[in-house]
Amino acid sequence: MIAYVVRRLLYAVPILIGVNIVTFALFFVVNTPDDMARMQLGIKRVSPAAIESWKHEHGYDKPLFYNRAAAGFGKISDTIFYRKSLRMFVFDFGASDDSRDIGYEIRKRAGPSFAIALPTFMVGLLIYITCALGFALFRATYLDFWGVALCVVAMSISAMFYIIGGQYLIGKLWNLVPISGYAGTAAGALRFLLLPIAIGIIGGFGASARLYRTFFLEEIGKDYVRTARAKGLGEGAVLFRHVLNNAMIPILTTVVVAIPSLFLGSLLTESFFGIPGLGSYTIDAINMQDFSIVRAMVFIGSLLYIAGLVLTDISYTLVDPRVRFS
Amino acid sequence: MSDFQVMPWIDRVMALWHQLVFLWTDRLVYFLIAVIVLTVCYVRRREHLHAPWRRVAQSASGMVGLALLLAFVAVGLLDSLHFKQPRSVEVLSVLDVVLRPLRAHAEKTYSAPLAIRSYAMETVILPGGGEQRVFPRLIYGGAQLADVERDYTGDITRRIVLGAAAGLLAWGGLVWMFAAVRGEARSEWRRIWRGETTVPWRAIALALLPMALFSGVMVALTGGYHVFGTDKVGQDVLYEALKSIRTALVIGTLTTLLMVPFAIVFGIAAGYFGGWIDDAIQYVYTTLNSIPAVLLIAASILMMQVFIDRHAEWFATEAERADVRLLVLCAILGVTTWTGLCRLLRGETLKLRELDYIQAAHAFGVNTLRILTRHILPNAMHIVLINVVLAFSDLVLAEAVLSYIGVGVDPSMNSFGTMINGARLEMAREPMVWWSLASAFVFMVTLVLAANLFADSVRDAFDPRVRIARPPSAAAFQSHE
Repeated sequence: MIAYVVRRLLYAVPILIGVNIVTFALFFVVNTPDDMARMQLGIKRVSPAAIESWKHEHGYDKPLFYNRAAAGFGKISDTIFYRKSLRMFVFDFGASDDSRDIGYEIRKRAGPSFAIALPTFMVGLLIYITCALGFALFRATYLDFWGVALCVVAMSISAMFYIIGGQYLIGKLWNLVPISGYAGTAAGALRFLLLPIAIGIIGGFGASARLYRTFFLEEIGKDYVRTARAKGLGEGAVLFRHVLNNAMIPILTTVVVAIPSLFLGSLLTESFFGIPGLGSYTIDAINMQDFSIVRAMVFIGSLLYIAGLVLTDISYTLVDPRVRFS
Repeated sequence: MSDFQVMPWIDRVMALWHQLVFLWTDRLVYFLIAVIVLTVCYVRRREHLHAPWRRVAQSASGMVGLALLLAFVAVGLLDSLHFKQPRSVEVLSVLDVVLRPLRAHAEKTYSAPLAIRSYAMETVILPGGGEQRVFPRLIYGGAQLADVERDYTGDITRRIVLGAAAGLLAWGGLVWMFAAVRGEARSEWRRIWRGETTVPWRAIALALLPMALFSGVMVALTGGYHVFGTDKVGQDVLYEALKSIRTALVIGTLTTLLMVPFAIVFGIAAGYFGGWIDDAIQYVYTTLNSIPAVLLIAASILMMQVFIDRHAEWFATEAERADVRLLVLCAILGVTTWTGLCRLLRGETLKLRELDYIQAAHAFGVNTLRILTRHILPNAMHIVLINVVLAFSDLVLAEAVLSYIGVGVDPSMNSFGTMINGARLEMAREPMVWWSLASAFVFMVTLVLAANLFADSVRDAFDPRVRIARPPSAAAFQSHE
């Protein structure tokens, strides 16, 4: 078991290195730091001196991989690749274009992001699975049919409409919760978080509930279910004791796939609701075209995804004994 | 006929030809259509390939979805033939010509749907001196009315009734003509309405009815009003929504067109060859997968924008620039979506590789390329097809989100994302400017819902797991005989 987890963790290292190389290529090879400087300073009529000083200010005036001018280890360390890319592995993200420490910002903003993503994820999962089980229990009835029809309609609506509609209906028309904003204290934050969380859950309902329903139906068609019924078990016992356990494996697999999209979802949610989390930070960075922040967020995002992969592998061992004993 | 008479005619055609502008996405759209037409011809002649499509044709929801989709595709195709007028840098499409009244009738600023007065107050100087704050009349909206207070309601009602009647007539005529083509019109009409046809024509006809009514009313009303209102710069919102359709369709289809070849080649290679090839391909797609899609897209688009700005001289017109950005967006979306299909194909190939008929082909000394193209690929194609149709609606939704964030299509290009982005800030106004958002919502939900319905029926028909779970229908037996 421990060897298995260690193996999965080690497997994550080359992937993280690969991500780093891809982002480095994207940010420094496709476009040179000169282009970046020119864009920050305005495309037209920029003097070469201004470009040089901008590059020097932001630490882009070094060679990409190998610095001949430096001495000793500086040949490697005094380069853009080392400074901007390798330093990320020790969570040193450097400064953003407006000279703030990105690492500090990320630590500060991780809290609010987490406060939205985690409840949305957990409560959502619980609701989706419950509904999907309900559809499976009442399969081939009107409840199932209209439930699935509702899911198809719900998944055809863009997440943005849920957010805008929810903000308008609950925030503006009914005045139940503030439309947007955030407060530092736990009790104060709750007021601001309720609506985004609820909308996040509703927005994901259609696709997830329908998908989990197919997982359940697939399991219900299998031999062990027929055996369980033949033993004389009731429908409830069959569903909850046998089908649910076995359907957890494909559900866990898709949940991990959903983690990056959860990130995308909270990107939108945070920006619409004005919550000072990582998502709104990223969107602001994109709008200001601050590449150092985008680069840091790509790294963090991949790190989260890979952590999710490892977590899935671990959770497999909990729900599937075959993995545990192999 | 002598050359003397023919030449001017040829000249005119040539002049017209030289006016045509083939944007990159246009060319790919034509290519895609050619691929689809060829595939249809190929499938029609082969019974075993035709059978699942017949199941799709028998699904009412699937065919309703397809009918709606085709209506969208028609608008998108009209918008995919571009030309440049002489002495102008503006690139127009056939759709722009069809919608000329909508495009040309721009107001000053916002106006509500069917409004005759502007949204914003203006100060006018009274004839006898002095000033007054009023809502000025629109330039085009309701301009045909002599007495606004008296004629407005009557005119709207008349147009709605006339438009609906025309729509109904056109729809009835169409269904009747269709029945006549199928056989004796009266009995075929009856068979359609009793639902006795194999293909659910009744459902399709019923789905076309609201569309016909809607289009009829739209056409009747757009003559005198802005049906969905106007936006901040006075542009007609209906026009924007119709122009957005092409963007959505291009993103949904070209992304797939660009990524499917890679997914097929890499997925099958990984599954079939195994070993270090498998490891390498798996490594590449896990790495790409672990970068959050939206960030990868954001980073790539930002980088591409710098690149495009630096080489501004490459693009003759603004339309070409926006078009290249759209194509780049498709390519990048392809990079983030091919991994899923690649993984599925790898898994399927792993399974297929061990089957007897592949082993037999090996034993007979069939070369590897032929095994892959002749035996593995056709048996994995259903996965590609299901994935492609399912991906369409996701891509349309993704475009809106990305354009909202600012890393989607060029801001000058009409798309549902830019419509939402422009509209959302106006929600805070009093009275609220809701119409841009509402029309984007209506058009987008219809498009995505239609795509979802069609995709579901395709999946049901092609996925062997679903087929086994369901008892074979009578029609399926007939097709086997």
